[in-house]
Amino acid sequence: MKPFRYERAGSLASACASATEPTAKFIAGGTNLLDLMKLQIETPTHLVDIGPLPLAEIEESAEGGLRIGARVTNSALAADMRVRRRYPVLSQAILAGASAQLRNKATTGGNLLQRTRCSYFYDTTKPCNKRMPGSGCAALGGLNRMNAVIGVSSDCIAAHGSDMAVAMAALDARVETVAADGVTRTIPIDALYRPPGNTPHIETVLAPGELIQSVVLPPPPPGQQLYRKVRDRASFAFALVSVAVVVTREDDRVRAARVAFGGISYKPWRSAEAEAALIGATVTRASFDAAGRAALRDARGYGYNDFKIPLARRTLRAALADATGVI
Amino acid sequence: MHNENVALTVNGRRHALDLDPRVTLLDALRENLGMTGTKKGCDQGQCGACTVIVNGQRINSCLTLAVMHAGDEITTIEGLEEDGNLHPMQAAFVRHDGLQCGYCTPGQICSAVALLAEHKAGWPSYATADVATAPVLTDGEIAERMSGNVCRCSAYSNIVSAIRDVAEGGRI
Repeated sequence: MKPFRYERAGSLASACASATEPTAKFIAGGTNLLDLMKLQIETPTHLVDIGPLPLAEIEESAEGGLRIGARVTNSALAADMRVRRRYPVLSQAILAGASAQLRNKATTGGNLLQRTRCSYFYDTTKPCNKRMPGSGCAALGGLNRMNAVIGVSSDCIAAHGSDMAVAMAALDARVETVAADGVTRTIPIDALYRPPGNTPHIETVLAPGELIQSVVLPPPPPGQQLYRKVRDRASFAFALVSVAVVVTREDDRVRAARVAFGGISYKPWRSAEAEAALIGATVTRASFDAAGRAALRDARGYGYNDFKIPLARRTLRAALADATGVI
Repeated sequence: MHNENVALTVNGRRHALDLDPRVTLLDALRENLGMTGTKKGCDQGQCGACTVIVNGQRINSCLTLAVMHAGDEITTIEGLEEDGNLHPMQAAFVRHDGLQCGYCTPGQICSAVALLAEHKAGWPSYATADVATAPVLTDGEIAERMSGNVCRCSAYSNIVSAIRDVAEGGRI
């Protein structure tokens, strides 16, 4: 690990001001950042520990939803009875990720900002445009089984690893930030992440020193919520493909549907195409297949991850069948 | 770059340390305090050998900086016994032969102790069919909740038996 200066945040304003240096980083749970610092993939010269700040509460919002402080741990969020009753897809998604030990440390804000687990991002002997801009992408012609199939570019096919964010995308979550100058803004979770394009090292729209304060969940949407994850092991593994659905059935038709995928893109992939295909469709496996085809229309595989395209379609079909009670 | 003063409270005892901020909690325990019960396995949060209990919650001590734990109550495997008697979970691991080489065992036991507290608090897991309900601690629940602790000797079935034994409050 490279040496760094350690600072305990005294206030929101001082934390943001300290972190405006380009080589500074906020640290909350640290479960991803410290791992990357040991490998010298992350080499901050200054760490601003936001542990002393508040931001660890879950509160009712005025509109009837929840405001989740950025420092709320993944465990606390998944175990909160309001989340379990009103947003079960979020509890399910969080509990599908990592291990109990990691969830006890990992935070809401940190989970959103975790870096990719692309094996070439981690392998410092290989080119990676995200780790070393301009060096190339070893995953394109490499062992890319875990990589993305949609929304990515010829410079980077890294997938985002969060389960939590997939449920939040389906729930239309909003991210509230504060910058060093005290200006706050609200960013729809879908707009938090930047497509890789030819700058895959720039992953979010956040400015240096801009801190996630909270994530707001709007009032729970009507319908059945469900998270389904497919992975190589039964527990403690990143998703090959996952899907969060919120679906309302009226007689034999779908009245409303929300669909978000994990493991297939640089961000939690909300699929307006699948949702449009589902509205008014019959509650049948054929309709669910059609929605999956619509969702993956622009997808392409890179060899070892070709299987993710049919797997994503089938995972969506299975999740929708479960959620609507179709045998 | 300079050292930081930090006071760590480990198993009820306060230790004033002067640490390079890069030192993980795991290394502070082992190298600075000489408490080698907590083990270093992968050093990247994947194996669970370094599991300790901080303010009642299990964490990977390899993935956190010691300087971030001023004022926290840290419990390690050395702190579980009471008056020279094994903690019930330690005794159950012995009774059920929940180990072979023993390297992962301190982490397994700390993790299992915290698991029972999490279950008692009503926390759900991925194995819980309806997350809105307080789950029954089945073997499937125990296995899921222990997935952050790897045992290369594969003593898993006896580890599950040991945990179930303590959860049920008695000997089998």
